[in-house]
Amino acid sequence: MSVQGVIIGLEVHVQLTSLKTKLFCGCSSDYRGKEPNTLVCPVCLGLPGALPVLNRKALEYAVMAALALNCKVSKRMFFFRKNYFYPDMPKNFQISQYDRAGGVPLAVNGYLTIEDQNRVKKIRISRIHLEEDPGRLVHLGPIDQSPYTLVDYNRAGIALLEVVTEPDFNSPKEARLFLQKLRSILEHLGVFDGSLEGAMRCDANISLEGGTRVEIKNITSFKEVERALNFEILRQRDLLEKGISVKRETRHWDEARRITVSLRTKEEEQDYRYFPEPDLVPIVLSEEFIKDVKRRMPELPEARMRRFMLSYGLPRYDAEVLVSSKDLADFFEECVKIYNKPKKISNWMMSDLLRCLYENNLELKESKITPQSLVEMIQLIEEGTISVKIAKKILPTMILTGRSPREIVESEGLTKITSRKLLSELIATVFRENPKAVRDALTNEKAVHFLVGQLMKKTKGKADPALANEMIKEMLEAVRRKEGSSKASTPSQ
Amino acid sequence: MKKPRISRREVEHIAWLAHIELTEEEKTLFTEQLNEILEYFRKIDSADTEGVSPTYHVLDLVNVYREDEVQESLTREEALSNAPKKERGFLKAPRIV
Ligand SMILES: [Zn+2]
Repeated sequence: MSVQGVIIGLEVHVQLTSLKTKLFCGCSSDYRGKEPNTLVCPVCLGLPGALPVLNRKALEYAVMAALALNCKVSKRMFFFRKNYFYPDMPKNFQISQYDRAGGVPLAVNGYLTIEDQNRVKKIRISRIHLEEDPGRLVHLGPIDQSPYTLVDYNRAGIALLEVVTEPDFNSPKEARLFLQKLRSILEHLGVFDGSLEGAMRCDANISLEGGTRVEIKNITSFKEVERALNFEILRQRDLLEKGISVKRETRHWDEARRITVSLRTKEEEQDYRYFPEPDLVPIVLSEEFIKDVKRRMPELPEARMRRFMLSYGLPRYDAEVLVSSKDLADFFEECVKIYNKPKKISNWMMSDLLRCLYENNLELKESKITPQSLVEMIQLIEEGTISVKIAKKILPTMILTGRSPREIVESEGLTKITSRKLLSELIATVFRENPKAVRDALTNEKAVHFLVGQLMKKTKGKADPALANEMIKEMLEAVRRKEGSSKASTPSQ
Repeated sequence: MKKPRISRREVEHIAWLAHIELTEEEKTLFTEQLNEILEYFRKIDSADTEGVSPTYHVLDLVNVYREDEVQESLTREEALSNAPKKERGFLKAPRIV
């Protein structure tokens, strides 16, 4: 949706999922699918006398991410307590960072570029904070109708990176592109796995021309962001068109109902009563530390894209799509390693594989297809065992079951019909059933395609297309000759 | 008498933030007490801090880290032993929206 005068800013929360433990304690960070309140300790529960100590790896990952997002990393920083009374934090405060009152964020003044329809746009990142994730609240039904709240603190204390952008987006799509790129970069750094549920969440602020800034909370994935923002644009535009002013407020994205709902506003900013966290000492980052992190930084998507163009000869568009997800790019390179036909592999991945994943609502990682099986499928086409049509047909099975393509086509009798004898019988039948098309085909190339299509239909796509084409033309030629001779023998009037 | 630093309204606001209900008597008492406490801090105002950078931590330590190694957590029984209300291993809290 493109709407005039829309301004959007994002506050993205990303878990550093590659860490084994929480940000300030040794509790395992592998909380997904675990029994509630089994990964907690005196530190993350905020019991009296407990002392938080910073996870060194978390700091390294955060600095690495900040550098990859073109930020200026602070040389000296502190943690702050953000005080609020809400049951998602057992301590009644969250250890975070602060950009005011002497507080220093981990990093500031970065940017990312996004590309939409060949237009490159720079999105400014104002700051990055390192902070703890709050616990998980479980509501029964919609949040505003639940009788009470159930609390699980397994997630409380997980290392979270908060990335705040300037209000530089002018459409929900741009916001999604940004999150996709952010995800790919963090995955390439090896600090983040975006396929984990809730690993990337965001809040958005959005205003329309002539309206007021509204904040939307609880957008739980980058797929949801476009949906939530589109809804909010419609809601606000509708109000403005009716002459009703948009209220400045915080709204909650209700994923199940796909609407935003108004929440009683939590404390305003100044009410968080930030103050320096006395249990944690300041962090001083030396030049060497930052240099060392820079040196160990792996290849980023942009460099990888250029390498894909250079060493595999891929067009820019292909390379861009492939590196938009680390999994996709890794999968591609695995394929190329076993079968050195980059463009062919890229074509299959970008069109049919991606579409098929999308239709089944799967991430590549969640699907069962392997580079080996995709390559095998392409080789089956190349060696003439199956047609492209059959390949397209078995791809969903490969994705859903992980079965090898050779095994699928053999067990389901999908190998190509290459027998001339069988094909000529089938074509003869097609000709008999479509006399008008046959007459047309004698003069019109398009009608030839129609006949090929009919043959494919009859053979469920198994006829070898090149051979079928050739034979249909031959048999049409035979018809033409026959007609010609019969015409010749007809006495002229 | 000096103008109080904290007004009754502010005490009410702080109580609201902390989700505490105060009686009228308590509001009066806490307003007085908080102002007395802040009076002590007034003495700090007289110190000359020109050219002194703010102290964010009283220790001279910096960069205290731990390695990313998993330590044992509490058992759920221990973790929930002080919780007044629980259900199926969760803590139970009033809905706050
Ligand atoms: Zn813990």
